[in-house]
Amino acid sequence: MTPSSAGNEPTDPVVARAAGDVVTAAPISFHGVGRAFGTGDAARLVLRDIDLEVAAGEIVAILGPSGCGKSTLLRIAGGLDTPSDGVVAIDGTVVAPFDARSAVGFQEPRLLPWRTIAGNVALGLPRGTARGAGRTHVSRLLELVGLADFAGHRPREVSGGMAQRASLARALARNPAVLLLDEPFGALDALTRLKMQDLLLDVHAAEPTTVLLVTHDVDEALQLADRVILLGNDEDRPGARIQQTIVVPGTRPRDRGSAELAELRGRLLDGLGIDRHGAARGVPTTTTIPHYPY
Amino acid sequence: MSKADAQQRSDAPRTATTPHTASVDREFAAPVTHDGLAIAAAGPLGPSGVDRPERLPGSGIGRQPVEASVPPASSGGRRRLVDRRWFRVVGGALIPVVLLITWQLVSTSGLVPVSMLPTPEMVWLAAVDLAERGLLGLYIAISTQRVFLGFAFGAALGLAFGAVVGLSKLGDILLSPTLGAVRAVPSLAWVPLLILWFGIAEDSKIILIAIGAFFPVYTIVAAALRHVDRQLLEAGRAFGLRGFALFTAVQLPAVVPSVISALRLALAQAWLFLVAAELIASSMGLGFLLVDSGNNGRIDRIFLAIIVLALLGKLTDSLVGLFERWAVKRWA
Ligand SMILES: Nc1ncnc2c1ncn2[C@@H]1O[C@H](COP(=O)(O)OP(=O)(O)OP(=O)(O)O)[C@@H](O)[C@H]1O
Ligand SMILES: [Mg+2]
Repeated sequence: MTPSSAGNEPTDPVVARAAGDVVTAAPISFHGVGRAFGTGDAARLVLRDIDLEVAAGEIVAILGPSGCGKSTLLRIAGGLDTPSDGVVAIDGTVVAPFDARSAVGFQEPRLLPWRTIAGNVALGLPRGTARGAGRTHVSRLLELVGLADFAGHRPREVSGGMAQRASLARALARNPAVLLLDEPFGALDALTRLKMQDLLLDVHAAEPTTVLLVTHDVDEALQLADRVILLGNDEDRPGARIQQTIVVPGTRPRDRGSAELAELRGRLLDGLGIDRHGAARGVPTTTTIPHYPY
Repeated sequence: MSKADAQQRSDAPRTATTPHTASVDREFAAPVTHDGLAIAAAGPLGPSGVDRPERLPGSGIGRQPVEASVPPASSGGRRRLVDRRWFRVVGGALIPVVLLITWQLVSTSGLVPVSMLPTPEMVWLAAVDLAERGLLGLYIAISTQRVFLGFAFGAALGLAFGAVVGLSKLGDILLSPTLGAVRAVPSLAWVPLLILWFGIAEDSKIILIAIGAFFPVYTIVAAALRHVDRQLLEAGRAFGLRGFALFTAVQLPAVVPSVISALRLALAQAWLFLVAAELIASSMGLGFLLVDSGNNGRIDRIFLAIIVLALLGKLTDSLVGLFERWAVKRWA
């Protein structure tokens, strides 16, 4: 499907990194993480008691209703936000502000409007990447996300979905120990979305980095992840915590039609509070939760 | 202006609004119309007029009003008329030409005595006379030099202080109350003090002009830097940019359009303060020409000085416009 999915051996030069130094995937752990915004009476608890251990090279998908704190959790993992309680550690060391070991694909593309698409992707290259190597790496990534023809365009000259793919390429360029992706495929049409999912798996196969993936698409989570966690509030208390952890069986690529996955999908949809019988009556099975207008 | 403006507009949904019209002293507001004139002049023509420049015979400037009354033709062209270069030039020259003609007609008709309104010819002769005695060139040179020196010092300091206050919280806390208070002093109030301290030589004039150029640049640059899109800054930081690298990659390009408008305002301010300084105490320069002519009842020279100031102001503003084009291409 993607240019690279035919030859899927892990050493595929297509997705091999630019610089020679190989960054190995690192485990990331959350211990009692909580986050409240505001102070005093206005304080609002968004996350509480998050305990999660993600092994090196594992892909974990984070599901949950809009506004439950998925982006917040991801930002805390990347050192863009600090938890009110608890700690997050990568490879045993507490994450630093703007931790260099992780790379973030933001929910919004956040491209610099005055740089070309290629220039924006190059922003993701690790510091000290050689010029020539960086350039080839960027053009390979642009090809992978299908933007080779738009390398010289400005962000305002490309569509929202293209901008999102550029943003994904920028995060991939970093080749981090922990890759944090916030709804990276949210703005894509169904076909491009499938291609990008395959691309992510190719990259992961070539460079097994640890991935935390926020998504609102249950099928996407089941297709990509080793484990799916479901965030949500308890009825009587503010603050979202992990409601369910589901280990997805089988190896990727998974058969989208398998009965086992169908049963897991049902459980997750239940957990999201979606009436499953609606699906049987012809409502699309992918749950599209509106985006929090960030 | 148009380019930066258009760009800002198209960026609007993505970046936080750059404070183009940031809280600037009221006295800085006037020069903005400077540029607006060209646009306003092109306005009344609207999409009328036909795309037939070759029909204009000779210099043909005086014919523009006639041309403008031609009914609109079908606009099948890909570029709209108002986007065409010749149309901008012609449209911008329209009102000056109309004014010149009206002036000529009124002043020669005898409706107004020439002691109140000299004819264009008298003003021209006054210019030739002054030029022949070597004074016109000298006055223009000395005034331009004062403006450029004052502008250069004032704008450079404005950029530096604006950057410190806009980029660093500590700089903001330490400096902005004081600078705000200094800014609140009507700038001409400095004149007696400057004259006492520095005499009526060049220094006091250049310092006054520098004060006039400093505040628009400082105010706008500090505000623009403070309002750079947080999300982009965070993205830059997340990808390992710090300090100077972050500044050149994110903050500088984001504020280039505002910096240019600040420089434009500062330049207009510099001319304003030049005349103020020269009116008060000087023996050379265009401001001196104004006072001197006023004392001697030489209304033709007063008109001459005003026209020269208008031309010089517009010319230097166009230089900033060229710089703008280059800067936007280079950074933004
Ligand atoms: N900087 C902030 N200040 C105050 N409240 C915040 C801040 N950031 C997030 N919140 C609040 O935290 C809650 C969770 O926001 P978050 O963006 O993490 O949701 P989300 O799960 O990613 O939602 P979506 O699926 O719509 O993207 C929201 O209610 C939001 O109002
Ligand atoms: Mg979110």
